[in-house]
Amino acid sequence: MNTIANVASPAPPSSLRIYLLEARHEFVRMLRTPSFALPVLLFPALFYTLFGLVLNRADGGMAARYLLATYGVFGIMGAGMFGFGVVVAMERERGFLAYKRALPMPPGAYLFAKMAMAMLFSMLISALLAVLAGALGGVSLAPWQWLSLLAINVAGVAPFCAMGLFVGTLVGGQGAPAVLNLLYLPMAFLSGLWLPLKMLPPVFAAMAPAWPPYHLSQLALRVVKMDGGGSMAVHVAVLVAVTALFFALARRRLQRTG
Amino acid sequence: MEGKVLELASLRGVRKQYGKVVALDGVDLSIAPGQVLALLGANGAGKSTAIALLLGLVRPDAGQALLSGQSPQQLAARRNIGVMLQSAGIADNSKVRELLELTRSYYPQPRSIDDCVALAGLDGLLGRQYGKLSGGQQRRVQFALALCGNPRLLFLDEPTTGMDIEARQALWRAIGQLSAQGCAVLLTTHYLEEAEALADRVVVLARGRVVAAGSMDEVRRHVAQRRIRCLSALDAAGIAAWPQVRSARRDAARLEIVTDAAEDVVRRLLAEDGALSELEVQRAGLAEAFLEITRDDADVASADEREAA
Repeated sequence: MNTIANVASPAPPSSLRIYLLEARHEFVRMLRTPSFALPVLLFPALFYTLFGLVLNRADGGMAARYLLATYGVFGIMGAGMFGFGVVVAMERERGFLAYKRALPMPPGAYLFAKMAMAMLFSMLISALLAVLAGALGGVSLAPWQWLSLLAINVAGVAPFCAMGLFVGTLVGGQGAPAVLNLLYLPMAFLSGLWLPLKMLPPVFAAMAPAWPPYHLSQLALRVVKMDGGGSMAVHVAVLVAVTALFFALARRRLQRTG
Repeated sequence: MEGKVLELASLRGVRKQYGKVVALDGVDLSIAPGQVLALLGANGAGKSTAIALLLGLVRPDAGQALLSGQSPQQLAARRNIGVMLQSAGIADNSKVRELLELTRSYYPQPRSIDDCVALAGLDGLLGRQYGKLSGGQQRRVQFALALCGNPRLLFLDEPTTGMDIEARQALWRAIGQLSAQGCAVLLTTHYLEEAEALADRVVVLARGRVVAAGSMDEVRRHVAQRRIRCLSALDAAGIAAWPQVRSARRDAARLEIVTDAAEDVVRRLLAEDGALSELEVQRAGLAEAFLEITRDDADVASADEREAA
């Protein structure tokens, strides 16, 4: 079947350039609409100031250290879940996603741009918390510890991006924030991000491994030497599996519904 | 196969069902380089599904959808096309220049920004945010995004919906210009005059099937009917019973007759009414042709349903 017009095709456009332009576009749009960005960036810092610095002064800095790790996880969960969930739900509902899929855009570029934004947010959230902890909370860590916390937060946003994306393919733009909050806040509490699990009835600690944020928080707490003593490899494996599972589910859902 | 027409896009025996609703039922469709094809049909006739299949947004249950001989799911196949959908859902806080730069980056040999501005009439809009443009300006931006990749085939899904007459005619001129440069166009529209102004081929869909296809003239000829108007005292009900008269009605002093054999009817009218005046005979426009085709189909369908009941 060589009957179809096969005009000598010119070299395909640079994928790298598309990925970067797509990410830059996402970024300038975010700067123009700070109403999404500011709460996501400032809430973790606000909570940390309140519960880690103001209300728990008497414990010799234990709270400031513990909550530095867990509020970092709490903050990046929000960036990942809402950045993907709400935005994708809205863009799908408006027909923008279908439009982008009809264009010759490499499908990865869309996800890359959103993922890059989520990682940038994670970096900013981590930096804000680090400044507060170091300057006001008297938390003193070695350079490798600060860097490890940053790396854990930036890489650890992936499973929450995947979960948000899946929710975004299921519900509309109006319903997405409610559904995401129903997942976000209980998961944060049950994973011990607000209060150490030791301070809760033992059933909470027993259930905790079921929640993805628990595994990420254990990695962060290991850095500040306050983790529950589980295997780091298992935590990493669970997070990788959660990421793969939800990305696969979202992909299937997008292919079926268009 | 010898003498096969080169195809930019085609549907071959395509069937697509959503739940129990059959959207397309064995549709064949093809578009060759340089052609302007209008896809017509009422709401729910299957136009949007046909477009979605050709763009790779949905997959057929049976049959094949092809772009330049490849699956529309292939990135390389879609690099030959430009797309203007009914609702693009473009973010309000994107600037026009950013949208153009981003969309151009998807294509191997895009048009220059200046060319896009000139063709789509975007003078002075590049620095503006999309959400702050008027509806007509937004449609022009969408048109610019469709043509910015220098595509060989443009998909225009209801491109002039919501435009005023001036804007519509400007867009028609631009589409004419692209077509003259050899760009093929697949157009869906509600406005029959739009199809008449632009298209050289027409495909009419009804209830998920192709009910008519061919050149504009062929489709018009498909319905041989013509409309006769005159001032006459003859009885409309009597004329309606004449052979080959489809309908006859009186509007004050004026008679209006729709017929398949205008010459015979006119001869008899003149013979029976010596005082007849202001005689007019018109060929059906695409609107009548289209109504006729889809009505016949609907009649058949409802007859089927009655039989089945």
